[in-house]
Amino acid sequence: MNAIEFILAGMLAAATPFLLAALGELVVERAGVLNLGVEGLMAFGAVIAFIIVYHGGGHILAFVAAGLCGSLLSLIFAGIILGFNANQVATGLAIGILGQGLSALFGKSYESLTVKALPKITIPGLSEIPVVGGLFTQDIVVWLSLLVTVAIWATFAYAKVGLVIRAVGENPKAAHAIGYPVIAVRFAAVAFGGMMAGFAGAYASTIYTPLWADGMIAGRGWIAIALVVFGTWLTGRIFLGACLFGAVSLMGLAAQATGLDVPSQLLACLPYLVTIVVLGIISADRRLLKLNGVASLGEPFER
Amino acid sequence: MSRPVFAALPTLVRRERASLAATLLAPPIALAVTIILNLGLYVVMGRDPAAVIYAMLIEPFYSWASFSEVLLKTGPLLLIAQGLAIGFRAKVFNIGAEGQFLLGAIFASAIPIWWPDATGQWIWPAMLLLGMIGGALWASLTAFWRVRLNANEILVSLMLSFVAAQLLNYLLLGPWKDPNGFNFPQSVMFQYDAMVPILFEGTRVNVSLILAGILSIAAWIFMQKSFVGYRLQVGGLAPRAASYAGFKESWAIWLSLLIGGAAAGLAGSAEVAGPLGQLQRSISTGYGYAAIIVAYLGGLHPIGIVISSIVMAALYIGGDNAMVSANLPIAAVRVFQGSLLLIYLIAVAFVRYRLAWRPAAIRSPS
Repeated sequence: MNAIEFILAGMLAAATPFLLAALGELVVERAGVLNLGVEGLMAFGAVIAFIIVYHGGGHILAFVAAGLCGSLLSLIFAGIILGFNANQVATGLAIGILGQGLSALFGKSYESLTVKALPKITIPGLSEIPVVGGLFTQDIVVWLSLLVTVAIWATFAYAKVGLVIRAVGENPKAAHAIGYPVIAVRFAAVAFGGMMAGFAGAYASTIYTPLWADGMIAGRGWIAIALVVFGTWLTGRIFLGACLFGAVSLMGLAAQATGLDVPSQLLACLPYLVTIVVLGIISADRRLLKLNGVASLGEPFER
Repeated sequence: MSRPVFAALPTLVRRERASLAATLLAPPIALAVTIILNLGLYVVMGRDPAAVIYAMLIEPFYSWASFSEVLLKTGPLLLIAQGLAIGFRAKVFNIGAEGQFLLGAIFASAIPIWWPDATGQWIWPAMLLLGMIGGALWASLTAFWRVRLNANEILVSLMLSFVAAQLLNYLLLGPWKDPNGFNFPQSVMFQYDAMVPILFEGTRVNVSLILAGILSIAAWIFMQKSFVGYRLQVGGLAPRAASYAGFKESWAIWLSLLIGGAAAGLAGSAEVAGPLGQLQRSISTGYGYAAIIVAYLGGLHPIGIVISSIVMAALYIGGDNAMVSANLPIAAVRVFQGSLLLIYLIAVAFVRYRLAWRPAAIRSPS
């Protein structure tokens, strides 16, 4: 297997934690809320899911519990910023620190243990195509997250609930005036984002690298937030961005496997460096950000 | 549409003006509530609450030996938080102090690692200066990205912290590894002249505490009394008004990040030239992140930050104690830090707003 085949085969799985968390954050931001706690929500979901799978609860229960825990923790965030009009940046950071703390606390006695990942499902025929065949051998969660991506795209493009969320994010005063429950929509969006972050964490700790280690989320939650900016708040571009980051995070492994003489720390830096560079390139085009950006992002709504 | 009808709804009503008493009471009340909630958590975890209270809240202040350790931890927290608060007030959210701290430590370590035999009283001051430069340089990357490329400073500064951690790893596993260090990822021990002077005989409290104190006074004068500080605050509160008045946003971003980076870098250099005496992997125990909480808990006010940094330092020492005597995982400190900030943000809401019970029926649409 050459490097390109290796990267293509693993890209979608590596992209899945980024994708799930970023799609959740997309919904949150479209509703006008900036939740910076994604890293902590993912870590919390990751440890809950790991503990359940480790004790034989199975992956379905693990994902449900991780999603619920992510939701619950993000509802604390929602309660503080929506109920008390607190600063969203500070509150998000606090939730992030709390989530990481809770994950380290609960995960203390599971440090460096491993569980069994899920089997991969192969699409017959397609997976035998040379070079790109690896794309069609994936675990069930990868396939499901592709479905979720399409569903979220369709919701924002065609469904009324998508329009309501956008209205609430663009102009909460107007949305309120025509009778939409701004606060309730924002609560729901934040809860959804928390659930997705919980799923993302669960995928990272029980399927992608089925082990628990403190700090294993390693900035993926932050990259997911950056992905929403990269994708200029558009579902399709966020998917492409997640694939790019999936590929970049595999590049380190591929380079080491081919015996390239580069310090491993430089390869470990790659996702962060790419984030910084891409963020600069995308943000420099202010029109692009304005075009699809959320007008009232991060601003509290006061009646 | 049928909607549930409530007799009365709790509503937050903005106060005409926040009372000073409420402003001052919010942090201690938040601290008390946090302590109670976390103790509840420890009881659920099956720990003896009395032992935890003693280890976390009393032991740090019980003897001069342990209180001097609190002061030792106060130094870096105070330095970083004062630097960050200036930016936060101008709405420049530099959350990458952790990376700027690491770069400060790396820059400062260059002198004793490259010239291990050098002697003279110039060495430690030069290291601190170099640390400030290192931290400011690292922060200037974020400033450049924000000002020239319009990139979000929260994300860029944080990503740079991850990069800084890898850079430290690289140096300690490669070129800067102590050849006689049994393969441990750490540098050589620094020579005597590369160590900052100790303030109190028999403790590890060093000059960085005085520097932090000076920075606090300077920050107070800068933010409360100087025109430059005033301009920064106006820019944070009302960016439009500030730009009409000719205050440039880019200038505020550069200033905030360079001050924050230099302060964090100074803290990093004082750590390697102080209690550690060498460059190690674990030079920071999350100071850069904890300082964000310290800055908010101090109400972004230079005097408030002095108090909150002592509280946070005591929490670190208390957490260490509880790990030993009450068998509490050190991660409990992070949970405490996160919940403390959350509860403080709620408490602050009650300073700005008061709770009113309004009959739902006569709520006028506004």
